[in-house]
Parts: sequence; C-alpha cells; structure tokens
Amino acid sequence: MSLPADASSGSRPGLRVSVDLNLCQAYAQCCYAAPRHFRIDGHEALFYDPAPAAEDRADIERARVACPVQAIRVEDPERGA
Amino acid sequence: MAQTPLRAVIVGAGLAALRGAEALREAGFTGTLTIVGDEPCRPYDRPPLSKHVLAGAIPADATTLPGSLGLDADWQLGNAATGLDRESRTVRLADGGTLPYDRLLIATGTRARPWPNPHEGRLAGVFTLRGRDDAAALRRALAAGPKRVLVIGGGFIGCEVASLCRQLGLPVTLVEPGPTLLARVLGSTIGAFIGAIHEGHGVDLRCGREVEWLEGAEGRLVRAHLVDGARIDADVAVIALGAVRNTAWLDGSGLSADPGGVDCDAEGHVLDAAGRPDPCIAAAGDVARFPHPLYDGQRVALEHWSHAVAQGLYAGRLLAGAAPGRTYGALPTFWSTQGDLVVKSAGLTQGADAVAITQGDPAAGRFVALYGRAGRCIAAVSVDAARWLPAHAELVAAGAPFPPRGTATDRPKGVAVVAPGFP
Ligand SMILES: Cc1cc2nc3c(=O)[nH]c(=O)nc-3n(C[C@H](O)[C@H](O)[C@H](O)COP(=O)(O)OP(=O)(O)OC[C@H]3O[C@@H](n4cnc5c(N)ncnc54)[C@H](O)[C@@H]3O)c2cc1C
Ligand code: SF4
Repeated sequence: MSLPADASSGSRPGLRVSVDLNLCQAYAQCCYAAPRHFRIDGHEALFYDPAPAAEDRADIERARVACPVQAIRVEDPERGA
Repeated sequence: MAQTPLRAVIVGAGLAALRGAEALREAGFTGTLTIVGDEPCRPYDRPPLSKHVLAGAIPADATTLPGSLGLDADWQLGNAATGLDRESRTVRLADGGTLPYDRLLIATGTRARPWPNPHEGRLAGVFTLRGRDDAAALRRALAAGPKRVLVIGGGFIGCEVASLCRQLGLPVTLVEPGPTLLARVLGSTIGAFIGAIHEGHGVDLRCGREVEWLEGAEGRLVRAHLVDGARIDADVAVIALGAVRNTAWLDGSGLSADPGGVDCDAEGHVLDAAGRPDPCIAAAGDVARFPHPLYDGQRVALEHWSHAVAQGLYAGRLLAGAAPGRTYGALPTFWSTQGDLVVKSAGLTQGADAVAITQGDPAAGRFVALYGRAGRCIAAVSVDAARWLPAHAELVAAGAPFPPRGTATDRPKGVAVVAPGFP
C-alpha cells in the first residue's frame, strides 16, 4: 500500500455505512432500530451516519437487517467484512 | 479464469472502481490488482457531499465507502494516471512509474465543469462541488454565514445546494438559463412544479436568465452581473454547470474518447477510434459512454450512483472472464435529496414526447410523472412519492404502452397527458 487506509481522515476508524437511496422506500425500519444513526426528514428523506463509532455496531447491524429492501451496507474494520 | 495469474489495473478510485474491484475478486480473479486514484484517499461516497456534509451534519471525510477493506489490492493513491499505451499494455503514472496490465478498467469519472472565466473562477467565495475537499471548503463558507449565496445552474446539484442553503436559513438566488429548473433532464413541465416547491421555501429563482460575469473586490466575490444588466450581490457562488468526463489521460491511446466519455460496445469493452473493441479494457461509471439496449442502442453516459455500481460490477465480471451473461443494460435510476424533498427517477426522459401525472398532485408537492415516447413508457419521476416509483419502473422496463391504463389507483378516470416541455 502506498498510503494508509484513509490518508485524509486517519482519525475515524469506525464503521463504514452506505445506503442505496434508489432502493430505500423510507420505510423507516432502520430509524426504529438505530435512531441515533438513521432518521427520516420530511416525507422520505433518509439521513444516515456514514461513519458510526465501532461501539455502535450492534445498533447498526440491527438496522441493516431490519431494512426490508436491503439498502444498507456496512463494513466493520474489526471484522474485515 | 486463466491459469497464469493476470495483472489487473483499475484507474480511478471511486465508486465504479471499487465495485468493479469487488466483482473481479468475487468472480475468482486471483492475479494482482492495482487501483490507481489521483485523490489521496480510499473510495468515498459523493451524494452526501451536497446534502448532509453541506448541512454540517457529517464531516466531509466521513463518507468512505464500505467494501475496500477485504480487497487484496495495491492502492496507488494520490497518483494520477497520465497515459495509456495499449501496444505495450501499460499505464503511465504521474510519479513517473508505469504499470503493466493484462486487464484494465477505466473508471475515472467526471469533474465539475469550471466557471468559463478562470480569473473569476478563482475569486475567493467561488466554489465548484465534486470532491470531499470541495465540500469541506463550501461547508466552511456556508457556516460563516454569507449574506447571500448565488447558485449558478439549475440541475440536480444546483437544486440540492440551493434548497440546503434555505434549510440553513441563508438567502439564496439560483440563476438558470433554461426555462425552469431541471428542464434539460425532466422537461419544463415537471421542472416548473419542482421550481414552485423551492420558491415556496424561499429560493429566489431566476430562470431564463444568465450570469455574464462575476465581480470581485480584493480577490473576493462581491456580486454577479446578469446578461440583462441585473446585479446580484453575493459573497458565495456555487458553480453547478454539470460535469466533464476525465478522459484527457487517454489522449494518444487510440481509444474513442472525448470530454463526453470513453466509448464502449454493448459488452462493455472500450472501442478504438475505428470502432474496434479492445478485449483487455472495459470502462464503467460516469466516464463510460455506451449503447443502452432499453433505448434503441442510443449512446448514453450516465452520472448516476446506481449506474456506477451496476456497471462497475458488470465490468469487473467481464474482465475476470466470467461471462456476465447478457449485455449491460440496467434500468437507469437516480435520486436527489433537495432539502427535505426527494426526487427519484427510473429510466431516461430523453426524447419524451408526452408526460402524465399518474399519482398524487403537483400542487400538493407529491406526485409521480410518467414519460412516454411514441406510445411507450420510457421514464418515471417521483417527487416525495418514492413508494409509487417501483410499479412505474416496471412499466418503463417493460416498455409498456403509454399512456398507461388502470395503473393510477387514485385516478380512475384516466390521466391527462401533456407536453413534457424539453428545450
Ligand atoms: C456532490 C455530488 C452529489 C451527487 N449526488 C447524487 C445523488 O444524489 N444521486 C445519484 O444517483 N448520484 C449522485 N451523484 C453522482 C454519483 O456520485 C456519481 O455518479 C458517482 O460518483 C460516479 O462514480 P465513478 O466511480 O464513475 O466516478 P467518480 O466518483 O468521479 O470517481 C472517479 C475517481 O477517479 C479519479 N480520477 C480521475 N482521473 C484520474 C486519473 N487520470 N488517474 C487516477 N485517478 C483519476 C477521480 O479523482 C475520482 O476519485 C453525485 C455526485 C456529486 C459530485
Ligand atoms: S429501513 Fe431501508 S428502506 Fe427503510 S428507511 Fe431505512 S434504508 Fe430506507
């Protein structure tokens, strides 16, 4: 590797989350599962935290599994997946 | 997969590159994989940059994409590709190095189209928005409480930035030369409905107007002058004039490429200037221009997140030698979050000759519009009505007859068909 994992943000070794907002239907299941990291604004605008702390992995995992359209993807550096 | 381990190189370290790399590995590619990116960081997500990053809800460097950790890859980051020699099968790098390849994926994406006058474009307070540094800089400027923000260009990014400024309580003027917001992509009929929603939130909308020049004082933007003589005092301007494909590094490679993209065949292999495919090279994402099977083979280059994912996956499998099965032709889909408003689309509106509101009511700010061409459904757009979109997307994917019958549950008497108003 020519550079460390993320040269411009070395200080955030948490989880990595992305949501496919094409798939997202604003069912808000993720918001019930992890209210500190997912929120619906207005009628259907999903806000999510793309870089939750590693300690919150249980909440994030619950949200991922709860999503009825499997729009949430999570990578956990400590579990390498 | 061949017996001898091959060398794969991916140029561009964005979304399409990452999904391409994952697919390559998943398809069983065991050779060496090198990913070259001119930005100094692992692939990150861009959509939040014009939304929650500008809002200050998340830092600009927080959107690193999932997927890069498990890859067995050599990351050449902060190092641009500067040339491609297809005869010797090597990529030249900015640091003077060369990378030999057996399989190459071109995924260099786009950059923001700059303000045409470079001197004015360099004034403090003038921004474009493409990368995380751009977003961080613009966020700082918005957080400082500018007196007025000027957004130049009423495409998706312009609409997102303008509506976000209103959420931050900032006065904002959007100048768009077309007849309405989003007129080129959605037509002026639907564009006018969306414009009315933004005006309702306090965006000062100036459509059919053009900025002639930007005036500075001591190196800082102070106002914009419109072609019609009007002046707009503003200390921040966001240039949202669309994107230019990053193809300059392909000059001299013999490939068919220009600022509109690099050409591919229906399989995803790139074409040379004579139209012959190069079986060792594929392209994916914003940079790729390809014939879309759903639209009579019309050549398109799509700047959509879902397209970078789908075509990246496809190209990765293709280069791994795992026959992807059929030609690439995912139904194009897109979303845009404008303040709290969500606009989504499925299909391509290009060439539509009719549009119908099939669900909801534009006056209420929630509706679905279905676009038709020559009696077939070609695209659907939802405004704060995403749950109705999948059923419409099916009509589009199937090329169902337009206008549709019996699909509008709250509109039993049939739908009114109007002109879409493309400029
Ligand atoms: C602010 C913003 C908001 C967006 N919002 C949405 C949205 O809401 N919905 C949606 O569907 N889409 C959205 N998009 C579009 C979406 O992000 C893109 O379609 C997607 O990023 C394309 O991925 P890509 O990998 O093809 O290109 P890119 O993400 O551009 O990645 C290409 C990478 O290659 C690098 N590169 C370029 N030239 C070279 C070179 N010569 N050598 C090495 N590296 C090079 C670039 O610097 C870049 O890092 C948005 C885009 C932006 C900028
Ligand atoms: S659960 Fe899934 S579909 Fe529902 S809001 Fe969350 S991400 Fe969207």
